[in-house]
Amino acid sequence: MIDFFTTHAPVLTIVVFIFGALLAPVFGRINNSLSYYCALITTALSFVLSVYLLFSVYNNAPLEYFLGGWKPPYGIEYRVDILNSFILSVVSFVSFLSVIYGYGSIKSEIYEKRHPAFYSVYLLFIGGMMGILITNDIFNMYVFLEITSLAGYALIAMGRTRYSYMASFNYLILGSVGATFFLIGIGYLYMQTGTLNLTDLAQRLQGHFDTNVVLVAIAFIVVGLMLKMAVFPLHFWLPDAYTYSPSVISAAMAGTSTKVAAYLLIRLMYTIFGIQAGFSGINFSGIIIVIASITILAGSIIAISQTDLKKMLAFSSIGQIGYILIGTAMVNKYAFAGGLLHILNHAMMKTALFMVAGGFFYKFTSTKINDLKGMGRQMPFASAMFLILSLSMVGIPLTVGFISKWYIILGAAQSGYWIVVPVILLSSLLTAIYFGRVVHNLFFKDSEASNTGILHAKIPYSMVSSTAVLVFLCIFFGVFAYMPVEISLKAAENIIGAMPWK
Amino acid sequence: MKDDVILRTITKFMLPFIQIFAFYTLAHGEISPGGGFQAGVIFGASFILIALVFGKNSARSKMPRNINDILLSTGDFIYAFTGLFCIFAGGLFLEYGKLPFHSAKEGNHIGMIIIELGVAITVAAVMMTIFFEIAGKEDD
Repeated sequence: MIDFFTTHAPVLTIVVFIFGALLAPVFGRINNSLSYYCALITTALSFVLSVYLLFSVYNNAPLEYFLGGWKPPYGIEYRVDILNSFILSVVSFVSFLSVIYGYGSIKSEIYEKRHPAFYSVYLLFIGGMMGILITNDIFNMYVFLEITSLAGYALIAMGRTRYSYMASFNYLILGSVGATFFLIGIGYLYMQTGTLNLTDLAQRLQGHFDTNVVLVAIAFIVVGLMLKMAVFPLHFWLPDAYTYSPSVISAAMAGTSTKVAAYLLIRLMYTIFGIQAGFSGINFSGIIIVIASITILAGSIIAISQTDLKKMLAFSSIGQIGYILIGTAMVNKYAFAGGLLHILNHAMMKTALFMVAGGFFYKFTSTKINDLKGMGRQMPFASAMFLILSLSMVGIPLTVGFISKWYIILGAAQSGYWIVVPVILLSSLLTAIYFGRVVHNLFFKDSEASNTGILHAKIPYSMVSSTAVLVFLCIFFGVFAYMPVEISLKAAENIIGAMPWK
Repeated sequence: MKDDVILRTITKFMLPFIQIFAFYTLAHGEISPGGGFQAGVIFGASFILIALVFGKNSARSKMPRNINDILLSTGDFIYAFTGLFCIFAGGLFLEYGKLPFHSAKEGNHIGMIIIELGVAITVAAVMMTIFFEIAGKEDD
């Protein structure tokens, strides 16, 4: 039984989402709340499976699964190692908590009639990301990327503001351009090698890095994925998309979608592009680090000037993606572990922050920073959670934000990229400024007469409890950082140590 | 276009052939060009042709919204259950050879046709859904 389970666990993590997404509208025909429980059970199952996979590959060898029994390079292969099972667990955990959170907020933010469709599309959105993470076939990655993006466009458009459709449309256009670039890159790689399996591709690309075809392919893939993860000059879709979508979706998206695109780039950089060795005299690491540094600073600086809380958090997300890139591009064990830790840490922090912002929206139907004056008295618990999360974002010791920044700086010092250290310190300062402004409004200003009228009596327990779990974990993993650090160090060793063509 | 006699007559004459061609494409997808996706598109297109020539209400009455929605999920379920059934038959996901037919060859043959059927049903339903959604919301 255990053997059966271990063998099929990689594919079952995806299959539960297919069934969940199909069953949600069917149950919705009977009763709307049944489709909610369908989404809840599906995400819970996938979380259990991902954690099981993580422990299994942490203790044993990576798992391989050949769909339909076709051996690679002919068939599609699912491959689970520590790197992707770690991110699988993060994504499924965030999506599970977002569903719990949604019990309270979805009712007030999405039309009753659309609930079953909403859960169905939500499960497709998460399932697509799980597929990207687990597959070892580059074209399969593209297919899953499209599944998750298309679902994402629909989810953003479900927001109730008039601008939601525009935000969704902008994302649709830019997201399609990004996905097309990725596809063109895959096409060029296929033209050069005739294979789509990553492991096979890595071997066959050996010695072809000087050809223009491969260089163009790499350029297309990197730019396409950077558009998907909203790196600085290509970030225009993200702030609107996060601001005008329903609270659940901004929470779930902030924790998952850009990180999955970052995973794709990390996986491709290390497995097939061979960033460890460099090629054609191009300093690949250096390019990515410069772009990521600009992203970190630009995201933080633009965030200072925002007047809307959700928009500020969105720009902050753009900056934080830079940390993940900068850490993983340095080809150093500690920096890579730091970047990987930041995927977990930022997923927890930013999801929780968007959840708090959703709580403010639930009570006052506004997320303008000026409207939040004096909220510390009216919503003490939510404001306290916001304060803890802000400290974590700045990187105060004993919170998770400190751990990942510490490891990135440690790696930068070891690998000699000294430019990274002032960038990270400066961005921490900028983070302190823009979060300080909100905290100042929350706690040290008197509330204005206009927003004393309370619309909803109380924030539902489902919203408070799911946020509280994340805040608790932010401190717990900040103090007892042993487990995530060990996992990411081991993942870093595996991925850096394995030269792709040896 | 409802008054055009030539169009109406030729459409009525052609419809069965279009739909039979869809099934031909489906059945031969395994060994020749074609398959579930193409078959679904052709089948869906036949209903779109009805909507174009006889009006969308007429097409809707032949393919009501409820049935369309059910077909949409049915195709996917066929696909997913076949895949899952392969696991319980002792193979890997979608390993048709392990399906309980006489031999692996037979299993591959029938399994693939079942999968293609699922794909075709879903694609046809999606084609119709997209067309009717864009054409206007008559029953909202």
